[in-house]
Amino acid sequence: MNDAGGNIVQFDNVGLRYGTGKEILSDMSFTLHPGRFYFLTGASGAGKTSLLRLLYLAQRPSRGMIRMFGTDVITMPRDDLPAFRRRLGVVFQDFRLVPHLSAFDNVALPLRVAGLPEQEIAKPVSDMLDWVGLADRAAARPATLSGGEQQRVAIARAVIGRPDMLVADEPTGNVDPEMALKLLRLFEALNRLGTTVVVATHDLHLLQKVTDPLIMRLDRGRLSDPTGALRYPPRGKGGPS
Amino acid sequence: MSAFAAIAAAARRGLPVVNRMRGEQLLTQARLAGPMPWVIAIMIALTTIAAAGALALNNVANAARAELAGGITVQIVEASPAERDRQARAALRFLKATPGVENAALVPKEQVDRLMEPWLGAQGEGDEAIPLPALIDASLDGQATQDRLAQLRPDLLAVAPAARIDAQASWLRPVVSAIRSLQYLALALILLLAAASTAAVWLAARTALGVNRDTIEIVHHLGGTDAQIARIFQRSVARDAVLGGIAGLAAGLIAIVGLTRQFAALDSGMLAGGGLTVMDWLLLVFIPLVGVILATLTARFTVLSALRRML
Repeated sequence: MNDAGGNIVQFDNVGLRYGTGKEILSDMSFTLHPGRFYFLTGASGAGKTSLLRLLYLAQRPSRGMIRMFGTDVITMPRDDLPAFRRRLGVVFQDFRLVPHLSAFDNVALPLRVAGLPEQEIAKPVSDMLDWVGLADRAAARPATLSGGEQQRVAIARAVIGRPDMLVADEPTGNVDPEMALKLLRLFEALNRLGTTVVVATHDLHLLQKVTDPLIMRLDRGRLSDPTGALRYPPRGKGGPS
Repeated sequence: MSAFAAIAAAARRGLPVVNRMRGEQLLTQARLAGPMPWVIAIMIALTTIAAAGALALNNVANAARAELAGGITVQIVEASPAERDRQARAALRFLKATPGVENAALVPKEQVDRLMEPWLGAQGEGDEAIPLPALIDASLDGQATQDRLAQLRPDLLAVAPAARIDAQASWLRPVVSAIRSLQYLALALILLLAAASTAAVWLAARTALGVNRDTIEIVHHLGGTDAQIARIFQRSVARDAVLGGIAGLAAGLIAIVGLTRQFAALDSGMLAGGGLTVMDWLLLVFIPLVGVILATLTARFTVLSALRRML
């Protein structure tokens, strides 16, 4: 359910400030298109996490307009937000796993929240844990998992429901290069199935692992568009090169 | 069916519900663990005892009123024993012959002496050092109102000039008033206990919310609704309230049965009317049910109002 222009996300003159401080994000105007793979880069403190928080509806902007899936999410009634959030997958920088649940139950959480019966949960969750290499750690609680393992559980939880858009904040920050590449391939596979992927990273080597990446660069709260990622159609995806 | 298709199907079915068992696992401290069920048990026990007291007092007042509603007392206040006896007999004949008087009887002098013995000491046969009035106990076939007494009084005075007539209910009015005050006190206690229980549940729910705030945020980010989260809390609270309610009711009933036996041993005519009826016992059994509903609704509204402050 995208709008007539084919945008999955549209930011128009969006600004964000916390309290009375100065703006963390300024004059954000861009569109994200369905089925694309975006990298969000920028130095530490550039505002990547703040922009992602706007994208996964954890924050309302101080000004401007945001449309997602063709709907204005700023003026949207609060009760309508859950339905939109179920169309998003989020990988948090700090994983945000539920500490007293096992890896299996953490990954199963989106399916349970969506109301799936238990008999329809076990197989996809097991398959997903197997895919991220944690089949033998299904019963382990987050505290007993390494940082990399926790990150993989967080990624499995974000993608298990096959969201329309996946938002990942430094998803490969705590894993070895081999696992980072494997996770990237998972994101690409998901992207090929139609999921829009937005990956925030400061690891420029990661960008080189993806063919013709679309890059959004944040610099002190302002967005630049070095690869034409924010134009439509984006460069290298059937658009002008 | 793939997970994605299953989610779509679940969304079409309507508002999904987090699986019961899993929901409680999700928020480990949503359950009012620790002292909270005991607090509810104590509140329910005290409420049950207070309610039983209020119901018993109501029964005492009603029984006394019913017993004395038509009762009248005629006193013949005459110093001369012979004249007093003559007027007493005349008054008795008059009352028995009067329509609307169901029965009338002279209270034996021995009984009057016995009643007064604690204050005047024992009086011997024929001892009239302190003359006591002759008493006639009578019942009207309805309420002994002041109007009916006023109608009786002139004819009675005509045959017994030293007679004084009073409604027995009027003697009891201060007692009934005191009983009513005790009933209001019991009701106030019940309301205070309900308020205290509500406050305790509110505090516990707020604490559980605070402890589980991170998890709740995660569930929100995954598309969980306020109603889903509130349901997890209210189900847990209801379960603890049921446990506390059953324990509290049992403790309260044991106390009531013990007190009932103690009062029954007093063998007081007035207290005998204070026994609990079947309907009273049923009302007492409903107290934990009301407590569970109150605790569940308190938890629900506390959680929902706190969640509304989150995005």
